[in-house]
Amino acid sequence: MNDCLGSLRNTRPSLVSLVIEDSPRKTPLYDEHVWLGAKMVPFAGWLMPVQYTSIVDEHQAVRNALGIFDISHMGQFIVDGAGAREWLNTMLTNNTNKLDISMGQYSFLLNERGGIIDDLIVYRIGDQKFLLVVNAARTEEDFAWLQNHVPAVEPAVSTAKEIRLTDRSAKFGGVAIQGPRTAELFHALFGIDADLPSRNSIADLPFDGTTVSVARTGYTGEDGIEIFFRATDAVELWSSALEKGKPFGIKPCGLGARDTLRLEMCYPLNGSDLSPKRNPIGAGLGFFVDLTKRNFIGRDALLKTKENGAPEKLVAFRMKEKGPPPRPHYAVFQNGERIGEATSGTLSPSLNYGIGMAYIDAAHVKIGAQIDIEIRGKKFPAIIEKKPLYKK
Amino acid sequence: MNIPDDLLYTESHEWIKREGDKIRVGITDHAQSELTDVVYVELPKMDRQANAKEAIAVIESVKAASDIYAPVQGTIVDVNKALEADPGLINREPYGQGWIFVLKIDNADDLKQLKDAEGYKKQIA
Repeated sequence: MNDCLGSLRNTRPSLVSLVIEDSPRKTPLYDEHVWLGAKMVPFAGWLMPVQYTSIVDEHQAVRNALGIFDISHMGQFIVDGAGAREWLNTMLTNNTNKLDISMGQYSFLLNERGGIIDDLIVYRIGDQKFLLVVNAARTEEDFAWLQNHVPAVEPAVSTAKEIRLTDRSAKFGGVAIQGPRTAELFHALFGIDADLPSRNSIADLPFDGTTVSVARTGYTGEDGIEIFFRATDAVELWSSALEKGKPFGIKPCGLGARDTLRLEMCYPLNGSDLSPKRNPIGAGLGFFVDLTKRNFIGRDALLKTKENGAPEKLVAFRMKEKGPPPRPHYAVFQNGERIGEATSGTLSPSLNYGIGMAYIDAAHVKIGAQIDIEIRGKKFPAIIEKKPLYKK
Repeated sequence: MNIPDDLLYTESHEWIKREGDKIRVGITDHAQSELTDVVYVELPKMDRQANAKEAIAVIESVKAASDIYAPVQGTIVDVNKALEADPGLINREPYGQGWIFVLKIDNADDLKQLKDAEGYKKQIA
């Protein structure tokens, strides 16, 4: 996530005005956010709420009760056709053959060098039909990449290998409802008899005369659901969830809380912790790469990394003392030697300590080891911790 | 947004309260609201000299670190130690208990460079 504020000094005089050069897009819930008094910031080409009242309060609402996030900026692709599953298995690192119908999995889209183009969730919503939910900032790039890799149709091959790729992002939106009281709100919204999808699965459910897709997934480490719907149904669903969530203490939550929640869980953020220069092995996410698959883009490069070991690894750390929170790009030292750089950092609202993730030389990766984070020329001690940093 | 009439302001969102040959400095209500939850304050060193517009303190919110500047030239004669234990004072009482430092000014005429409430209001409008 991009910082919404530079230094106070660098803030342009019309700091409040949202007249932005490249006119970011608005989600179907934009008016709702403004009406609720959200602070809107440009993010990944969209105007998004960074907070409504306070990042810390919104963070605690998700940890202790319920929060609702607008995730309509995220990209949604449909891949279907008789050849869909086999083709996706050549494009993604995880194994789509392991997905039963209605199940979802975390996966990567890699370039030929094994570098990460995007991380995403792929849901199998039919025998040969898949929903891909991708990062907002990468939607266009992902779609172009996928489109360029759809094999040319040979007339002789008939429809047996047909692959249809559709970007439905502009017509669809989504919200994430996250927190320990998710199940209660789910039943308030969809009826007492509705079946809450099991972890990582997705189901179509009737809602107010329409149909929405409900997935038991999220980016916070709490129980939660993500609901995908037509853009025209967005306001109705958002308003109902806020209204029916009142008894459960629901709060609308912005990107600020989304970032602190995910970082406590050590969920990576593409663009910060992941990039085309990094691969899933170095990021410590090899679990979502199936190297037993014979063929997928980036496989050869990953096999080499696996064989030689990643030169740098993504570790989680916690500041040893109260003090300034770590930030992306701060240098990491050990015994005076520079060993890496932070890619994420914040003050953890749950732990009340500075936390972060950093890529460091593989030789120095040891849980419990002390490192130093350089903040404005001064070194502050931190400890390499096991992931996740926050445990219930 | 609260912009008291009896204070002076900088373009970089500090407020200034004159107290004889000294000034008390904090950040405006608007600035604290834009910064969001303040979680850490790095105070200036006591007795240090500061030039006008020199970065001498840092305020960290959950999201980002921001520099705080000396509005005019002078010497730091007091810092708000209470912010070390409770940085949230800046959000709750930006013009009161959330003050950051007191500066003994070298030249009272320097204050003429600063904005009045009306000027600051225009800046953030």
